[in-house]
Amino acid sequence: MMQRVYMDANATTPLLPEVMAAMRPWFDDNFGNASSIHFHGQRARAAVDHARETVATLLGCRPAEIVFTSGGTEGDNLALFGILQSGGMLQPGDHLITTAVEHHAVLHPAEHLRDRGILVTFLPVSSAGVIDPEDVRRALRPQTKLISVMMANNETGVLQPVAEIGRIAQEADVYYHTDAVQTAGKLPLDVKAIGCDLLTLSGHKMYAPQGTGALYVRRGTQLEPLFFGGLHERHRRAGTENVPGIVGLGKAAEVAMAGLDAGIPSRTAALRDRLEMRILQSVDEAGVNGGEVPRVANTTNLWFDHVEAEALVIALDLKGLAISGGSACQSGATEPSHVLLAMGLSEERARASVRFSLMKTATEEDADFAAALVPQAVARLRELSPVYAKKTAVTVSGGSLHG
Amino acid sequence: MADDKVDKPTIAVAMSGGVDSSTVAAMLKAQGYTLIGLTLQLWNQRRLAGKEGMPEQVQGRCCSIDDVYDARHVAEELGIPYYVVNQQDRFERDVVRPFVNEYLAGRTPIPCSLCNNHLKFDQLLLTARQIGADQIATGHYARNEFDSARGRWILKRPADTAKDQTYFLFGLTQEQLSRTLFPLGNFSKPRVREIAHEAGLALASKPDSQEICFVPGGDYKRFIEAYLEEQGEKLPDSAGELVTATGEVLGHHEGIHHFTVGQRKGLGVSFPTPLYVLQIDSASHRVTVGGEGDLSTGTLRARQLNWIAIPELIGEMRVQAKIRHRFEPAWATLRRTGADEVTVSFDEPARAVTPGQAVVFYCNDEVVGGGWIV
Repeated sequence: MMQRVYMDANATTPLLPEVMAAMRPWFDDNFGNASSIHFHGQRARAAVDHARETVATLLGCRPAEIVFTSGGTEGDNLALFGILQSGGMLQPGDHLITTAVEHHAVLHPAEHLRDRGILVTFLPVSSAGVIDPEDVRRALRPQTKLISVMMANNETGVLQPVAEIGRIAQEADVYYHTDAVQTAGKLPLDVKAIGCDLLTLSGHKMYAPQGTGALYVRRGTQLEPLFFGGLHERHRRAGTENVPGIVGLGKAAEVAMAGLDAGIPSRTAALRDRLEMRILQSVDEAGVNGGEVPRVANTTNLWFDHVEAEALVIALDLKGLAISGGSACQSGATEPSHVLLAMGLSEERARASVRFSLMKTATEEDADFAAALVPQAVARLRELSPVYAKKTAVTVSGGSLHG
Repeated sequence: MADDKVDKPTIAVAMSGGVDSSTVAAMLKAQGYTLIGLTLQLWNQRRLAGKEGMPEQVQGRCCSIDDVYDARHVAEELGIPYYVVNQQDRFERDVVRPFVNEYLAGRTPIPCSLCNNHLKFDQLLLTARQIGADQIATGHYARNEFDSARGRWILKRPADTAKDQTYFLFGLTQEQLSRTLFPLGNFSKPRVREIAHEAGLALASKPDSQEICFVPGGDYKRFIEAYLEEQGEKLPDSAGELVTATGEVLGHHEGIHHFTVGQRKGLGVSFPTPLYVLQIDSASHRVTVGGEGDLSTGTLRARQLNWIAIPELIGEMRVQAKIRHRFEPAWATLRRTGADEVTVSFDEPARAVTPGQAVVFYCNDEVVGGGWIV
């Protein structure tokens, strides 16, 4: 069997064994609909409530402020549409402030809202990928209904000044949502310190199953639901609860808190830095996108000039290393990253950039495996690249003039 | 047998999701090669969907999600790694844009040859080599082999001459030919379907694709109009006169991109005898029409040449020339008339020589080379 190392944790994470174990009874022996009156229903309800308490503890909020969802995309959509449609109708002329580097789960709803008469400001970022909180303040208008700024970028790991934006939002008395999908379990989270009214979590980025997630909705927030049908989740999300998934999310939140206490972020950061350093020591014309600002511990985005990220990702996959480049479109082909383009990278360099995102279980051997493979793969890609060949030829003939 | 496998190179199979390339993958897999399946994502079929005159929903065409699904499914059945490679920008730049420009200039382009030259045997081969495959295999009906006497790679017509695709492959370089396998070259299409059935491929009965992959329904005029609209460009006004060879004006037309040499339908004029487009003048926008007898010409000139069976054309050469895909090669004499130009003199005048199409030269079943008709 080929050795395989997975460094695409920002795409999805595997279930932790303890999460799997916590979920298992809820698929068979402990089945029940949490809305039912009988024993089975009550048992399921208790499990959902318990998970809700744990997730609330992770976020520093009340259990009643947690809405379980199917994941990050639903959470983001519920936050944006839920606020801008509160009262039941979109009000053309209402204003939304977000950033150019959000995940598509925020960008596409924002574009959809814009097409229906909502004014949307997409704030720019610095070359390091950070927004200026003062830009948020300057973008505010009397009709601003919502500010949505991600906590950590999924492609670069770059952290946004979410607490400063929270203060601005509070001063202006504007609802504030943050997409925390890439920070849950990687950083301590506290909705009060952030000052947000809404916060999105996704289960499968924190070792819970795919199809699970939560949206924090601060008490008193006027939120229009996306789904209608039952009275679940305090009227905010109709639909029978995914009991095993919710139990898994609760368990994953518990494990995440323990990991934060045990220093997993600093351990992961050390591995990430080791990987970065070793690769950059052996590859020239390469660098880190967003490396000069604070990032979540597990993510690095590297550029290798004269390399097609798509080919590099495939070449590494065939050697057993799973990383990613750009964002996948429907067919599975890769598009240049809107995040890197917003940071001012040329299209060429954006297409030459790849993301490594480590699992919290990553080892030194994993980092060394990647650090050994990547320079070889980059060298082969460059060797065959017509652009690189031309450039090298110029360098060589230039050198011979002096030799 | 196990030893055999060790020596076999890794091959990237260009998989379109059709029967031919899927069968290639199945055949090579059975022969013990290490395979990597690749699909080029060339065009987003949804881009122009719903624009005026374009179908609302586009189904089952090349590069559609359905075809990628089929290719991925075959790769999974065969247990080979499979990837989709995004070449949409390059396809638009090197194939779609030139296709539109050629029509607007009064010529009739062949996008398949451009795609082969710029995408399949250039970019795909490069990607294949970069990810560790030294050769690519495609589902084209053609044969290639190294002739040690001449020291050259030779491209030959396939066993199934009805499926011959060598006309679209005249641009292949020696380097490209040396790294390409055409495993279907010795098989007939019905036999290929049988092999697909024998290999248990679910898509063995999938219909063949016929039209230009990015032009749904084959209506290229609508495509050009929708594409220009999407690009925020105006369709250049190339309306003009329909005239006879002697200059008599028979009527007016709405744009030269509506015409191709040899076209009989849709001229918009009534005349006692059938009329055909003889010539399209992109400067004056004048479209010359005439009887069938005027449609044939004895000579043509071709440029942007590529030679396969010979290193260069020296002096004259007797060949059989093919001036479009569905054309029986006709005897002709080749003469060099410029640094990158040959003149082809047909023994018998050839019907509807169309600028923008390729002319490909054959010697028996070998492709000598080819170029673009000017």
